[in-house]
Amino acid sequence: MSQMTFARAINAGLRKSLENDPKVVLLGEDIGTLGGVFRVTDGLQKDFGKHRVVDTPLAESAIVGTAVGLAYRGYRPVVEIQFDGFVYPAFDQIVSQVAKLHYRTRGAVKMPITIRVPFGGGIGSPEHHSESPEAYFTHTAGLRVVTVANPQDAHTVIQQAISCDDPVIYFEPKRRYHDKGEVDEALDPGSALPMDRARLLMQGSDVTLVAYGPLVKTALDAASAASDEGVSIEVIDLRSLAPVDYGTIVASVRKTGRLVITHEAGQSGGLGAEVAASITERCFYYLEAAPVRVTGFDIPYPYSKLEMHHLPGLDRILDGVDRALGRPNSLSGLEG
Amino acid sequence: MSTDVTGQGGTAAPEDAGHPQEQGRELVQLVTPAGERVSHPEFDYWVRDITDEQLCSLYEDMAVIRRIDVEATALQRQGELALWPPLLGQEAAQIGSARALRPDDFVFSSYRENGVAYCRGVNLTDIVRVWRGNASSGWDPYTINMATPQIIIGAQTLHATGYAMGIQNDGADSVAVTYFGDGATSEGDVNEAMVFAASFQVPVVFFCTNNHWAISEPVWLQSHIHLADRAAGFGIPSLRVDGNDVLAVMAATRVALDRARRGGGPTFIEAVSYRMGPHTTADDPTRYRDANELEDWAAKDPIARVAALLERRGLLSEGLQQQVKEKGDDVAREMRTGCTTMPDPEPLDVFRHVYSTPNSWLDRQQDHYARYLDSFGDPAGAVSEEGAR
Repeated sequence: MSQMTFARAINAGLRKSLENDPKVVLLGEDIGTLGGVFRVTDGLQKDFGKHRVVDTPLAESAIVGTAVGLAYRGYRPVVEIQFDGFVYPAFDQIVSQVAKLHYRTRGAVKMPITIRVPFGGGIGSPEHHSESPEAYFTHTAGLRVVTVANPQDAHTVIQQAISCDDPVIYFEPKRRYHDKGEVDEALDPGSALPMDRARLLMQGSDVTLVAYGPLVKTALDAASAASDEGVSIEVIDLRSLAPVDYGTIVASVRKTGRLVITHEAGQSGGLGAEVAASITERCFYYLEAAPVRVTGFDIPYPYSKLEMHHLPGLDRILDGVDRALGRPNSLSGLEG
Repeated sequence: MSTDVTGQGGTAAPEDAGHPQEQGRELVQLVTPAGERVSHPEFDYWVRDITDEQLCSLYEDMAVIRRIDVEATALQRQGELALWPPLLGQEAAQIGSARALRPDDFVFSSYRENGVAYCRGVNLTDIVRVWRGNASSGWDPYTINMATPQIIIGAQTLHATGYAMGIQNDGADSVAVTYFGDGATSEGDVNEAMVFAASFQVPVVFFCTNNHWAISEPVWLQSHIHLADRAAGFGIPSLRVDGNDVLAVMAATRVALDRARRGGGPTFIEAVSYRMGPHTTADDPTRYRDANELEDWAAKDPIARVAALLERRGLLSEGLQQQVKEKGDDVAREMRTGCTTMPDPEPLDVFRHVYSTPNSWLDRQQDHYARYLDSFGDPAGAVSEEGAR
């Protein structure tokens, strides 16, 4: 076990994958000489060479499109999209090619491509650097979408994603890159919790709080604060956004009877809607209250002086918990 | 040297000179529309080994794929196929280039390169599988080293470039060849592919069939200069050949393949041809193009041209013609039988191969849908428009 930052944990996971499989290649802008704008690929080109850690021209569609060609050739490409807001030029290659080629070729061609996307806000950036585009991808058949919330999972899940024969979008919560945590580098990704499973992080009895990526830390902090007020929150780190591990949430909601879901992405048509609907379908007679969503607004990501109004914080999450519990809250008295 | 192998030449025509596509840069030609073999100081070398027998064989392949095209169009008209993209008029571009390839080269094409697929050895039934709606693709790409047809315009050029990056990493001397049309040259993906191919100097051939029409849009709407001249801006050498001249196409393709195999990087080939038919069987070209234009191009027909050359050489015997006709009829019959006897997919095949590993979302949907289907005596009734209830 050793202490390392989130970014360093991903770096170490990438290094392991490069070491273990000669077919793993990394592609992206500034990932080689510079080591990535967040230094996630720091030192990898130096150790594995320019043909395995490739600095590409600035063309996201081409980064993903050439990864498709490499996958055809038997490679296992790991692509870095520099920022969430830069993924859209690659959208067609991801949605029309990466996601569909296995289906299109009736299983003949595998697309074991991992697309790393730093996502989410909270770092005071200008436009296009703080987005949460996960729902575009969770709505695309053929993709697996995951995110992680602590250095250990970051280290393990990146390796699981790379070894997965299906394409995986791996969202990295960029405001947590510098958070430190214990990482057991010897943990075998094959025997660790599979990447399509949620993780129960904190047991509780009153409310189930589902979060993922950057808001998991906020959710845990909220649960601690609530426990001071005598409210027991069970916190689930979703991890896999497509498919969602409903078994874990169902078991929790059958116990607590209440569900709060939180994410930075805008509310309408988001993951929260999907989770709320599915849990309502599966747990209707166990629910004591309607599921509550605490999310970003349906707005373009705001300029940094306002971003903390958009991002759900500890108190907004607790306000949602109060709504689920029928306690006085900011919307008391409002109908619907 | 008049041919611009280095890709440095080529200038736009003056604005008052009519459509710039018709002006300027030389079109490499080895056989005239009248069937006369004209010598070329540079390109003769690249087809020096083509014997009379091989010429007859090229003729046969071109005639056979035209026969396939006619049969597939008929199948569409008879309701056996939902759609078909004819290649009529582009036989030389497809056969001349595809016959230059090695089995270990890998092709990434658009949806119109059925002649290329034929040369790669595709199972004939597989050619029509997509167009009958029985699958999203016809064949296993690895069996013939050709990706299944790409419908998103130009997207495959990036796949070819990435594949070529893999070839380079592997230290192999095979080549990735990508086929696309004049319309595709406006797509970002094609331009990005050329940037990557040039930057990494990977073994890829950009084979652009300029058939003059992207559905209803003429090529001059896509580009104000010859398509081949665009390559120079990327630092990619280019060739502009008569796409209806099977020998010129073969020579150009061999030049490009040779460069790629020797580590010389990408080449862009513009094969100037003409889409004699509609974009697809759903299209009506009389709405947007002049009948005279069609007539002009009919006079440059790629198959008639080889036939005329063979005749000049005394090779166009009745026996050859009979043999070619029989081959075409056999192939057409095989494709028709394969098409009409193709079993329909099973209802639950709709879920197959979305993922290669179990997926809890989809597995549940499949389970529920299977139960739904089981609740009907006849599963077909469950999805009829009138409903079974």
